[in-house]
Amino acid sequence: MTVLFAYKLGGLCLFFMGFTALILRSHPLKKIMAVNVMAAGVFLLFIAMACHGRVGVAIDPVPQAMVLTGIVVSVSVTALALVLACRIQETSGGAGSSEGEHPPQGDS
Amino acid sequence: MPTVSASFWMVLPVVLPLAGGLLCFLWRQRSLWLPLAFALVNLIVVIRLTRLLLIQGPLHYQIGGWETPLGIVLVLDGPALLMLLLTALCGAGVTCYARGYFAYRISAQKQPGRHERQERFFWPLWLMLLAALNGLFLSGDIFNIYVTLELLSISAVALAALSGKPVAQLASFRYLLASLLGSLSYLLGIFFIYRSHGVLDLGLLRAVVEPGSSMTAGLVLMSCGLLLKSAAFPLHFWLPPAHANALAPVSAILSGLVIKGSLYLLFRFWFDTFASLISPAALNVIGMLGILAVFWGGILALLQQRLKLLVAYSTVSQVGYFLIAFPLAYHDATLSVWTAFLFMILAHGCAKVAMFMAAGTMYLHSGHDRMRDLHGIRLVMPLTVFAYGMAGVNLMGLPPSGGFVGKWLLLTGAFDDGQWWWSVAIMAGGLLAAAYVFRVMSPLFQAPVGASIFDGRPTPALLEWPPLVLSLIALLLGLFAPGIMALLTANGGAVISGGLP
Repeated sequence: MTVLFAYKLGGLCLFFMGFTALILRSHPLKKIMAVNVMAAGVFLLFIAMACHGRVGVAIDPVPQAMVLTGIVVSVSVTALALVLACRIQETSGGAGSSEGEHPPQGDS
Repeated sequence: MPTVSASFWMVLPVVLPLAGGLLCFLWRQRSLWLPLAFALVNLIVVIRLTRLLLIQGPLHYQIGGWETPLGIVLVLDGPALLMLLLTALCGAGVTCYARGYFAYRISAQKQPGRHERQERFFWPLWLMLLAALNGLFLSGDIFNIYVTLELLSISAVALAALSGKPVAQLASFRYLLASLLGSLSYLLGIFFIYRSHGVLDLGLLRAVVEPGSSMTAGLVLMSCGLLLKSAAFPLHFWLPPAHANALAPVSAILSGLVIKGSLYLLFRFWFDTFASLISPAALNVIGMLGILAVFWGGILALLQQRLKLLVAYSTVSQVGYFLIAFPLAYHDATLSVWTAFLFMILAHGCAKVAMFMAAGTMYLHSGHDRMRDLHGIRLVMPLTVFAYGMAGVNLMGLPPSGGFVGKWLLLTGAFDDGQWWWSVAIMAGGLLAAAYVFRVMSPLFQAPVGASIFDGRPTPALLEWPPLVLSLIALLLGLFAPGIMALLTANGGAVISGGLP
């Protein structure tokens, strides 16, 4: 039970960490990552809910189906957001989001 | 039990536009008839569904034959049907207008390649948005609603970014982030609700809902998400730039139809599915937000220099009216308040679509939408200016418009309940609307100053008639009130059709 509780707590923490980053960070890429972290938090919560920890009782498949659907949605939305962010970068002549941080160049 | 043919008709509003969107996407050439045919067929299907609803009462359809706890149900009742009708009607109008809009811009020969590309991408995205919106109104399952909400925001954001201007792209990026935040909050709400009862179906949920901390948390999260998506007052920051900088047909779709989806869901959840969880305090908070929205949106609309921004802020203000309906609906969540709410949605939908289309035509002709430079445009396009004025009458709430009926029902509700203070905001908001509508109308009627700056070409019929027809429909909506009441009470007097008694 405690392990499951840890998962749920972790999910909530991820959600709120993502939320904070989404509000506070101004770089487009960081905002997109923040949304993905939030989504991961929600998915973790759903998965932890599906597993009730009792032996011999079937695991509820509905939350897993919801998480799968959610992942598909999240991937496509992220793709759209990335395309938009690239387009903004191109049309504004590399000036970034015009306010706040400089866009960090890829470091990998 | 629905017959085979009834359920067959119910799936069509989702399947047809989706198929149309995919076909338009595959057929990359500009196809004149394909989107128009799909929009008209959609309208015919919805009219056919209206007849079915009047004869048979609310319809249910189990997708794939799966029973409710596991399967997904489509539900068609009075409110859902009215929303489908609004979407189909405005959709047909927008489709005609968009056809004329792109043809006009392409024939201008300034940047023909760019406009042709925009039109190629507009049709598939618009038809997919139509499918998502129809799916949202028909869904009877909170998770399925989440999926349709996401489909709606993906296509809406892509449409908003279509104009290609840097400012529009930045605005649509913000729009995407705001609506993603709303969706995730909604999804977290689903977690809390599924945790407490283990069902997702709206009808089953209504039967089992009982107050509890988990349910309350779920409802609060879902409502916050939906409020963000409907641009309710403190969460409206994304709306004006996204709506004002999009292409004209896109602005009309976003302002007239897309935000109605989440508002409709909010009302449905609060007064139907989760009605037993609602406390008067929560309703008063929503009502207060509504009042603030009416004034904030109205005042900012008055201060704008650009026509499309003014119309966008007027949407913020009108969303306030929908929220004011919440506290008034509490004591009397029956026919009259559903009627008031739906009347306002129908009237605002048609009027705002017409208004944005008219503003878009003025933009096309003059190349800008700065209000002080639009003097005398009435001489060039009388019909468009007339459509704009008629839509404005609706926002002010003068009889016999649908906006008047909605406000009248709200006012009588406020006085009957002894909550007269809401009525002050409703009437003051009407005055503000009059002020910002007339602020646009007066320069349009003044004599032109200096040389004519307008594009000399005549306005095509496709650009003039759709806004005019839609604004006249909104204006005469008050006369159709008995028919709309009949739809809401179709077969048995229940406004809402639940899965269970």
